[in-house]
Amino acid sequence: MATIPLMEVDNTWDDPRKRAPLVTGNHDYKSVTDLVADVAERPHPPMAWYALFAVSLGLLGFLGFCIGYLLLTGVGVWGVNQPVAWGFAIINFVFWVGIGHAGTLISAILFLFRQNWRTAINRFAEAMTIFAVVCAGMFPGIHIGRVWLAYWLFPIPNQMAMWPQFRSPLLWDVFAVGTYFTVSLLFWYVGLIPDIATFRDRATNKIKQGIYGFFALGWNGSTRHWHRYERAYLILAALSTPLVLSVHSVVSFDFAVSQLPGWHTTILPPYFVAGAIFSGFGMVLTLAIPARELFGLKEIITLRHLDNMNKIILATGTMVGYAYSMEFFIAWYSGVEVERFTFISRAMGPYAAAYWTMFICNAFVPQIFWFKWARTNIPLMFVVSLLVNLGMWFERYVIVVTSLSSDFLMSSWWPYRATWVDYGMLIGSFGLFFTLFLLFCRFLPIVAIAEVKAVMPRPHSLGHGHGHSHGHGAAHRAEAH
Amino acid sequence: MSIAASPFSKPYDDSHGGSASRSHARATALAGLMVEFDNPDALHDAAKAVRNAGYTKWDVHTPFPVHGLEKSMGIRPTILPSIILIGGLTGCLTGLFLTHYTNGIELLRNAIVPTNLSGYPYPISGKPTFSTPAYIPVVFELTVLFSALTAVFGMLAMNGLPTFWNPLLRQPRFRAVTNDRFFLVVEARDPKFDANSTATMLRGLGGGEPERVEAPVESAEPPRWLISAGILATCFALIPLVVIAKARNAKMREPRIHIVQDMDNQERYKGQMPNPAFADGRAMRPEVDGTVARGDIRDTRADVHFTEGLVDGDWAANFPAKITINADLLERGQNRFNIYCSACHGLDGRGNGPVNARNMDGRPGWETWVQPTSMHDQSVRDRAHGHIFNTITNGIRTMPPYGASLAIEDRWAIVAYVRALQQSSAASLSDVPENIRKELEAR
Repeated sequence: MATIPLMEVDNTWDDPRKRAPLVTGNHDYKSVTDLVADVAERPHPPMAWYALFAVSLGLLGFLGFCIGYLLLTGVGVWGVNQPVAWGFAIINFVFWVGIGHAGTLISAILFLFRQNWRTAINRFAEAMTIFAVVCAGMFPGIHIGRVWLAYWLFPIPNQMAMWPQFRSPLLWDVFAVGTYFTVSLLFWYVGLIPDIATFRDRATNKIKQGIYGFFALGWNGSTRHWHRYERAYLILAALSTPLVLSVHSVVSFDFAVSQLPGWHTTILPPYFVAGAIFSGFGMVLTLAIPARELFGLKEIITLRHLDNMNKIILATGTMVGYAYSMEFFIAWYSGVEVERFTFISRAMGPYAAAYWTMFICNAFVPQIFWFKWARTNIPLMFVVSLLVNLGMWFERYVIVVTSLSSDFLMSSWWPYRATWVDYGMLIGSFGLFFTLFLLFCRFLPIVAIAEVKAVMPRPHSLGHGHGHSHGHGAAHRAEAH
Repeated sequence: MSIAASPFSKPYDDSHGGSASRSHARATALAGLMVEFDNPDALHDAAKAVRNAGYTKWDVHTPFPVHGLEKSMGIRPTILPSIILIGGLTGCLTGLFLTHYTNGIELLRNAIVPTNLSGYPYPISGKPTFSTPAYIPVVFELTVLFSALTAVFGMLAMNGLPTFWNPLLRQPRFRAVTNDRFFLVVEARDPKFDANSTATMLRGLGGGEPERVEAPVESAEPPRWLISAGILATCFALIPLVVIAKARNAKMREPRIHIVQDMDNQERYKGQMPNPAFADGRAMRPEVDGTVARGDIRDTRADVHFTEGLVDGDWAANFPAKITINADLLERGQNRFNIYCSACHGLDGRGNGPVNARNMDGRPGWETWVQPTSMHDQSVRDRAHGHIFNTITNGIRTMPPYGASLAIEDRWAIVAYVRALQQSSAASLSDVPENIRKELEAR
């Protein structure tokens, strides 16, 4: 495989006369395949992988313990009660489903806009989406209390002759998140098929060949297949784009359709979608930075990719900051006393610390990305991405807890205090997420190999079947199309 | 790395008889010829050449989609988008039907569908029965879901995937097709295919030396043990289904299995159970001495004609002295009748009130319903006033007692009103006052 350069190659220039390469280093098709496949094929992953996996698995086990304790005891083990009946479970649900938005955004919207730089990061952004939606889907599932009745969420003919209530935003959520998970999984899998075929064809033993061969479905790179495949992929992207916008809008309806002060606002759907993309890109950065270091993918996930993602974080962070300010303005402008009180108490009341953590991490911290030195400084952007994740969790905390704990009637006010089980499940959900993600990194192609090849420069040689090595020096040529 | 030196290239006769270089012994036949390229740019001209030569069963295999190649090959635009449109429309209609039907339409009246498949009007938050705007999110999501499923499974089906067996995948060199090599393959089943002339044509395309693709003549039978194992596994898989079907249909003496208790069975004493905590050993406690239930105060020493409807131990044929029959009393009787009685007996007393109507519509499980008695039946006409008073007070058959709900005077007022109802259905013209009789005759 290619050697990992000691220095970052700077491909972040803005000279419009010379298109920046999306793959740095002297790579040809074969070396790109080798580079990505090596992650899964090397006999032992880096020690850091084992360490992270052990920690993640431990947290996952703890999550399992917390869920078992919850199921055997009842939801009283959580800090939820009237009036704050939603608590951590719903905060975590919105947090994870928000993170899940970057994957489809990168896959679908950037694909439709012909942003070729997406190819390096789309695969694991999509994987991140699926694992985040798994974490997200778990929380409402256990929050319903009697999990064995979860099938009541779906329109299944049953012995009680009862149907779901289709006018409820909570039911819309079931359909939105269910569809989102299914479509994301399909999108991810369709993208994976050619790369799993690559792994099948490189497999060194029968077991690997059998398993990868099963999931590759007999893919053989036929142009007739590629033709329909690309058509299906394009249409999936076109379908996923309104879907990704609808999902977090529907999640925001859970709040906006209610009458509660601080929830009953029309800004919520766009504000939630911007926040979701913001948090999703934060998580992609959090994952991409260590992954490219650990698995030697710096030439595929280049500095330019990170630079572009930082620009999106800056843009969406600013949108979120605008939404925070506009909420305040509308609360004042509405003239509704309770609405005004809710927002003033968010900023200055018992949950002020959470509010300002949210505001500083989401609206102020990303402003550093106006400067190019910050957008290309890897340790700095890693810290920013962690702060974005933190800030976005607190955003959901502020929305859920402040409005519920003090609504119209002072007699029904009650503060919310999370219990150790609440915290355990929050931390445990990271265990679930990272366990799945680390397994993905170890066993599946973490970069869309076929797609990267399509945006690479063509080899120089108009070869006549005498396979000498191609593509040296090609990296500095303009991108093929 | 030169293809010409490859141990896999051989002379191009299409005789059956296998290749010595294969490790397996089964007879193979020529399935096609493939030629390798190491650069996507050369493919366009090669594809045009093969297409112009009139071949139809051929393909170019590439590690990534080479744009424009489908034009050079003459591949027509796929109809996949139209299929996806149909899938999406199906999803949209499914969503519209699901929401409007399950939350709005009841098909039980004539038992068209089983109970658990029927929808029902779901009134909530004052929204209309068919609140389409509130259903849009669900309809939208189902449209996207169905479209996406059609896109993926339609694409796979049109591509003939999954197909795990393909002679190309047996070629060791062909493995590079998912890495960095490009292959042009002409299949032997193409009508224009001829091992020698096709090879000559392929040799001139600018790729490597054409290579034989072999396929076994007859497909291998799966081993016997695998078939037996499959049959056994299928049989075992059916066992749980059979057990469930039996459990659902058989009559059992023991309570059914109740996995999740949900506080359904609680540690408590029910009505007729023994309870050793009490001296009489009964769980159900008798009334405390001196307890009088509502409506149970009966002063039998006083005016039993008025309180019980009895005269000398028989049903009173006349109204008691305390009751004066006048228009006020009849209006009061109508008012009470319409509130307390009409739900079952109907406003006209014919025994077809709303409760009866709901139970007579063929709803499953209500075959045992007894229709309320019509006030106009001869048997009711023949009953003494006191008898009807007693029925109102104490109830009869499935009719509950109203003694506790209605004052004595009101019960007599209802009796008077019932008599008026009976009179109204059996009246002749001579019963109508003179002045109104003319009006009626004029109609």
